[in-house]
Amino acid sequence: MLENARERRVRTGGVELCVAEVGEPGQPTVVLVHGYPDSKEVWAQVAARLADRFHVVLYDVRGHGRSTAPRPLRGGFTLEKLTDDFLAVVDAVSPDRPVHLVGHDWGSVQSWEFATVARTEGRIASFTSMSGPSLDHFGHWINTRLRRPTPRRVGQLLGQGAKSWYVYALHTPVLPELAWRGPLGKVWPRVLERFERVPGDGYPTSSLPTDAAHGAWLYRDNVRARLRRPRADAYAHAPVQLITPLGDAFLSERLYDELEQWVPQLTRRTLPARHWIPRSRPDQLAAWIGEFVTANEGGRTVTAPDGKYAERFGGQLVLVTGAGSGIGRATAYAFAESGARVIAVDRDPEGAAHTAEMSRLLGAPEAWAETVDVSDEQAMEKLADKVAAEYGVVDVLVNNAGIGLAGSFFDTTPEDWKKVLDVNLWGVIHGCRLFGKQMAERGQGGHIVNTASAAAYQPSKALPAYSTSKAAVLMLSECLRAELAGQGIGVSAICPGFVNTNITSTARFAGVDAEEEKRRQKRTARLYGLRNYPPEKVADAILRAVVRNEAVVPVTPEARGAHLLSRFTPRALRAIARLEPPL
Amino acid sequence: MTTAVAGERAAELRGFRKVQRLAYECAEAVAASLEPGVTEREAARMQRVWLRERGVRDWFHLPFAWFGDRTAFVNFRVPLQFFPTDRRLEPGMPFILDMAPVHGGFTADIGYSGSLGLNPLQDKLMDDLEAHRELILREVRERRPLRAIYEDVDRLMVRQGYANRHRAYPFGVIAHKVDRVKERRWSPKVFGFGTQSLKGLAADALHGHREGWSPLRSPYRFSDHPPRPGLWAVEPHLGFRGTGAKFEEILVVTDSKDPEESAFWLDDDLPHVRRWAEGK
Ligand SMILES: NC(=O)c1ccc[n+]([C@@H]2O[C@H](COP(=O)([O-])OP(=O)(O)OC[C@H]3O[C@@H](n4cnc5c(N)ncnc54)[C@H](O)[C@@H]3O)[C@@H](O)[C@H]2O)c1
Repeated sequence: MLENARERRVRTGGVELCVAEVGEPGQPTVVLVHGYPDSKEVWAQVAARLADRFHVVLYDVRGHGRSTAPRPLRGGFTLEKLTDDFLAVVDAVSPDRPVHLVGHDWGSVQSWEFATVARTEGRIASFTSMSGPSLDHFGHWINTRLRRPTPRRVGQLLGQGAKSWYVYALHTPVLPELAWRGPLGKVWPRVLERFERVPGDGYPTSSLPTDAAHGAWLYRDNVRARLRRPRADAYAHAPVQLITPLGDAFLSERLYDELEQWVPQLTRRTLPARHWIPRSRPDQLAAWIGEFVTANEGGRTVTAPDGKYAERFGGQLVLVTGAGSGIGRATAYAFAESGARVIAVDRDPEGAAHTAEMSRLLGAPEAWAETVDVSDEQAMEKLADKVAAEYGVVDVLVNNAGIGLAGSFFDTTPEDWKKVLDVNLWGVIHGCRLFGKQMAERGQGGHIVNTASAAAYQPSKALPAYSTSKAAVLMLSECLRAELAGQGIGVSAICPGFVNTNITSTARFAGVDAEEEKRRQKRTARLYGLRNYPPEKVADAILRAVVRNEAVVPVTPEARGAHLLSRFTPRALRAIARLEPPL
Repeated sequence: MTTAVAGERAAELRGFRKVQRLAYECAEAVAASLEPGVTEREAARMQRVWLRERGVRDWFHLPFAWFGDRTAFVNFRVPLQFFPTDRRLEPGMPFILDMAPVHGGFTADIGYSGSLGLNPLQDKLMDDLEAHRELILREVRERRPLRAIYEDVDRLMVRQGYANRHRAYPFGVIAHKVDRVKERRWSPKVFGFGTQSLKGLAADALHGHREGWSPLRSPYRFSDHPPRPGLWAVEPHLGFRGTGAKFEEILVVTDSKDPEESAFWLDDDLPHVRRWAEGK
């Protein structure tokens, strides 16, 4: 599974460890430590993505994969012995330079020990932790909650307690071993595919039953002892990056609430995924690990952007259409402040260029402007190819470009209809089709946001074409959400009411001459100006919708009100639909 | 214009120029000594101490310091929020120092923008302020009404992309009058403003200044006539999502028919002007 790996064996404390290396040994060394029940191959995808820039080292933890097991097993898996192993490996692969440590699950639990005991000081340049807390921190976490059991704290204890069922199970003697060597070992790969949504690609390796049986001693040798008497000096002596998958079935996010007190330099990251992120989200992990390692190699203190959702969007690739003005521009800025890489798409080149420039200044590590008309199928295809080739697979797609069109049904000409549907509906279809497909093919999740409108559910005799286009966007979003749910791709429809943007000054008013159209544009602009709901608030709702994976998000009080009416008293909505707009 | 009057006027301007320079020197000195962890209050005190050591005893308004998103007056609702707080400076944070010392009877009112370490966004705002300085001078020379100038500044700001909606420029006015504090005989022909027009201002200097840029104040309360001859402290202020930048300096307005003479900056040798010149 590990391509072009060089292997060596390292002897230490009565065992022989199987160590694999990929990438140039001259580059900074990144050591990947696997969890339970795994072997080093769990990192195959991540290692492959890091190998071009780093000297990547992986080893099978004692008793796992092709490393030998201690005899006897009991007492052979203490954190002290695991620390000996780690030091033996790094002395062999990087004798002169400190290494960058990365751990997942039990690999992270033991790495916390490495990063907090004195004898490894100076050997670790940085530590990226995922889904594995320090047992000492965990012990203190439990103690604080037991000592002052407020209802919330008891809730947190019970929450994590329920997630730790397997830890208790592993403490029963012999049974776990029998299960793993028997039926559980056989069905485990399918359990992972089914419940953890990891790809079925020949992993776990054939050593799984023994890995799992031996690894039970990781728990038995350490958990009870450490939780009962956690070390009081478990302070990290290296910068730590904490990556938390929000859908982790085994660990509650709350475990890390007090982590700052143990880690002077902490960078937090979150992603919507389940426990086995090294297999389900290798691109994102490689990007974050690479960035963190590079920053710490350069001796820079990592100053992550401090936007509201920086933990979630830092380094992600976000494409926003209609980003040259209004809601789209504000959305691009909000993502930029959270450290995302931004592609600003608009048919107005200057508007897009300005958004990209300001996005960079606001904290986007990279930002690009692309001049494209979203209703132009070929241009969109070209854009999709270019983005995939030059910037990567989009993590968040915001189909926002849209135009206004007012006027009664009989005043609306077929050309008017075509224009508004081309941009408002077809633009969204092209975006979802092209970029959604890239997301789905990558198989590592993502999110699509479509800007619909309150007009999608609030009928009006003044906006038949516009409302139809937005209703279609809303339904498209709902259908796509159902289709993509199984692939970890969320779809949200945003439904704003009246927002103070340029849309009023460019909207088409059907059935009136040019002069009257100008007058109505001005008048609407004035009304929207008086309403004065800022696009920044819509942008905020968009980021929140992605973070929470919300389906339909009405923004502004009038949009929320109409949404309620549409559910409970649609008659009232129909009455409103007949009103003459104040133009 | 008699030579005596001209001579007196030149002496007056020298006095104002001197104190304005002193204030900018103070800003540069204090800015250079800011460190991570310094609070707004401390920065305000550093300005006070620096100027007091150099003979300043009186203030048009006491020094202000704004750090971080307070440079853009984010969420400012009541005037009290303009006063220095315990907000601490952090690496990369933008700051603004604003002070109005009185020295030898002459008043300055200046604003200085900077950041602790690099802040490319604030640099961009400062770059974009250059056009505002040019626009204001040009339109004052054209004798445009203050309100029209305000609206053009607002439009320029929208064109520069700092907002695409009205009322986004929250700083109310961009200029207010400044004068000598002690009463003195001078030529009303040159400066054209009598003490009567200043009495209120001098009596309640701080209040007057606050009014001057309170975000609560509507621009439409301005007079519809051109700026009258006298000294105007001009202070365009750009705010963009939690980062602000401004400068403040004195524009001399006279009743001369010659456009060049009718309005000119008191001093062109100021940090922000030098900065733009260097950038070219
Ligand atoms: N402003 C509101 O009150 C409001 C309310 C509900 C929904 N919306 C929706 O929000 C979205 C954004 O609108 P806004 O209010 O920010 O308007 P806006 O006019 O300020 O911005 C729209 C941007 O989209 C761009 N655009 C238009 N057609 C395009 C095309 N074919 N290809 C590429 N770019 C194109 C424009 O150049 C402009 O920069 C629209 O879909 C609109 O229907 C707006």
